[in-house]
Amino acid sequence: MQLQTQTRPRLLSVLVMEDRIDAASAIQFKERMRDLTQTADGRVVLDLARVMFLDSSGLGAIVAVKKLLAPDRVLELSGLTPTVEKVFRLTRMDTIFTIHPSHEVAVSHAASA
Amino acid sequence: MRPAPDLDLSVQTLHLVLAADPDSVRDGLARILALPPLTGLSDDDRGTAEVVLAEVLNNIGEHAYAGGAGTVEVTLVPVMAGLDCLVVDQGVTMPGNQPPTGRLTVGPETPVPDLLEGGFGWHLIRVLTQDLAYARIDGCNRLSFTLPNTD
Repeated sequence: MQLQTQTRPRLLSVLVMEDRIDAASAIQFKERMRDLTQTADGRVVLDLARVMFLDSSGLGAIVAVKKLLAPDRVLELSGLTPTVEKVFRLTRMDTIFTIHPSHEVAVSHAASA
Repeated sequence: MRPAPDLDLSVQTLHLVLAADPDSVRDGLARILALPPLTGLSDDDRGTAEVVLAEVLNNIGEHAYAGGAGTVEVTLVPVMAGLDCLVVDQGVTMPGNQPPTGRLTVGPETPVPDLLEGGFGWHLIRVLTQDLAYARIDGCNRLSFTLPNTD
């Protein structure tokens, strides 16, 4: 599971370099995210622009990361591709997460929570 | 009404047997997506098919075989309305002899600590398919459904 990070004051960006987060990789994704977010503070923006496919296990792992960070830190998302967007919408998880159209927008956006 | 396709749909039927563990499901999905009849679908419908098949197949590995070894037979038949799918495994019977309802329990007001990390799979299967049917026959689970054409 390749994840690339960028650190700014009070903002950690995580770019997922894989084309899917699925049942075969969800646990690894969650563990890597836990490790990466331990050494930074502020909000976390997870950029999914390269992720073409997400299943319920991948979605569950993203929800788990949000719960790990709460209550002091928020997890926001950016760059949802069509199938990933569909999974968030149909499970109503689009109402739970702040979702930015792109990573650039997410970075320029003031903290939303 | 869309015009009758100018090809023999029966030749596009896909039959595949795969192991039900997550890595085999990932490989199997890649194969299925690269072959007819999936290659004939729109990007949107292919995405939907991948989501539904991933949920169905991984559920079988996780629940019917409870993480143990087992195989699944997938048959995909293109029809006018979309794609008829039949998935057969030899795992344990579904609880209550029927597929889970997959009811979502979250909304915008759900506090973060109360968010569930699972339970999305059957909801996705049910909202994205039609004519979902389950039968236990001769020690096999037979789940059938149609993936409708949306464009």
